[in-house]
Amino acid sequence: MLEVRQQYSFYGILLYIGATIFVLFNAIDEPESRVWNGLFWVIQLFICINAVAKSFLQENKGRMLYFYSIASPSGFVLAKLLFNSLLMLLMSMLSLLLFTLFLGNPMQKAGQFIGLVLLGGWSLSLVFTFLAAIAAKAQQNAAIMAVLGFPIIIPQLLLLMRLSNAAFAPLLTIPLTTVLLLVVLDIMVVLFAVILFPFLWKD
Amino acid sequence: MAEAKNYMYKSWWKIASVLLLLYTFTAGFLLEVPRLPALQETIRNLYFHVCMWFAMMILFTVSVVNAIRYLRSFNLKYDIYARHFAVAGIVFGLLGYTTGAIWASYTWADPNKPAINSFSSIARDPKLIGAAIALLVYFAYLILRDSIQDMDKRARISSVYNIFAYAMLFPAIWILPRILPSLHPGNEGNPALDVKNDISGNMRMVFYPAVIGWTLLGVWITTLKIRLSLLKEKKMIS
Repeated sequence: MLEVRQQYSFYGILLYIGATIFVLFNAIDEPESRVWNGLFWVIQLFICINAVAKSFLQENKGRMLYFYSIASPSGFVLAKLLFNSLLMLLMSMLSLLLFTLFLGNPMQKAGQFIGLVLLGGWSLSLVFTFLAAIAAKAQQNAAIMAVLGFPIIIPQLLLLMRLSNAAFAPLLTIPLTTVLLLVVLDIMVVLFAVILFPFLWKD
Repeated sequence: MAEAKNYMYKSWWKIASVLLLLYTFTAGFLLEVPRLPALQETIRNLYFHVCMWFAMMILFTVSVVNAIRYLRSFNLKYDIYARHFAVAGIVFGLLGYTTGAIWASYTWADPNKPAINSFSSIARDPKLIGAAIALLVYFAYLILRDSIQDMDKRARISSVYNIFAYAMLFPAIWILPRILPSLHPGNEGNPALDVKNDISGNMRMVFYPAVIGWTLLGVWITTLKIRLSLLKEKKMIS
């Protein structure tokens, strides 16, 4: 895939994560848990846009044509979704690690929060992969991706932030139905991507 | 003309719309309404505020249906339909916001401070967030659609986004507000449709016709715009 061929872009995202979190570290020290939570998810959002946008926007036309000739559209989009999910899971873990290193560790239930971070990273990557496909077809830059994606991702981010606030407070339990709702939404995104991508694919 | 049978060119539903709206205005202001604490006479805003959201939802749904029809047939006509229904939906959404803001300034806002000071706490309400998301999504749709030059490509990509965005909008508007705590009425059940808690049977006599009337008005506005752009299109082709 792209990241293996162009390794600089992979390292670019790593550096992006490091640099943003370092800036945050300089801007505020030891934020309280609610602020920590808000900052964390916003940074996740931007990391996701940067990491995932590349998957379609940096593919050149010739290579897309090559993929077109060897793969079916649903296979192609599933491969992209899978790859970006893995990439984003890795990046989520990395940014969580850096966050706890630099900005302190407000987690009361570390295991559950890590689970939430993985789920959130997965949701973000799925939605933005599909939007990257749309933005790439419209021959636009990553900015339009943000315009298209932010309103769509807000509900999921809201749910995630609420859930992770529960993970920070020792007394609150994480409601399972909300987690299930997020999983169902993710499955829905995959389904829609598979159904709709063939229309974007042909030129 | 082959399209003479098309509903767009019929007039009976336009007359119905005007009549229903006239009925809404007269009956809505004259009929007896229940006195609920904190609402009092402002409850009459139900005939306007809630109807705006109903109309918006219906118009957006029609827009999505047209996007699907476009992807099934690749007939550019449906893409034009989808766009104009989305625009009309946005107009009704903005009106819904305005009527809601007026209503909230009399019922939710802190009476000791200017209403504008309560904005940030009111805007946090999940139902308002949902509505804001809906509007943002369709603004994004318009930007995306107008940023592409090629006509077929534009129709295809914006239809795909329209369907995807609508599918993601469901949780925002219909599920989220029922999970998060809210000041807005209608958390347990369907807002404005529940006779026991929200409105009396008397009010439903006005409310349902009002919904139909406003929606028909929205459709009317949209069909005018559609006819205009279909004419433009014809001029461009010939």
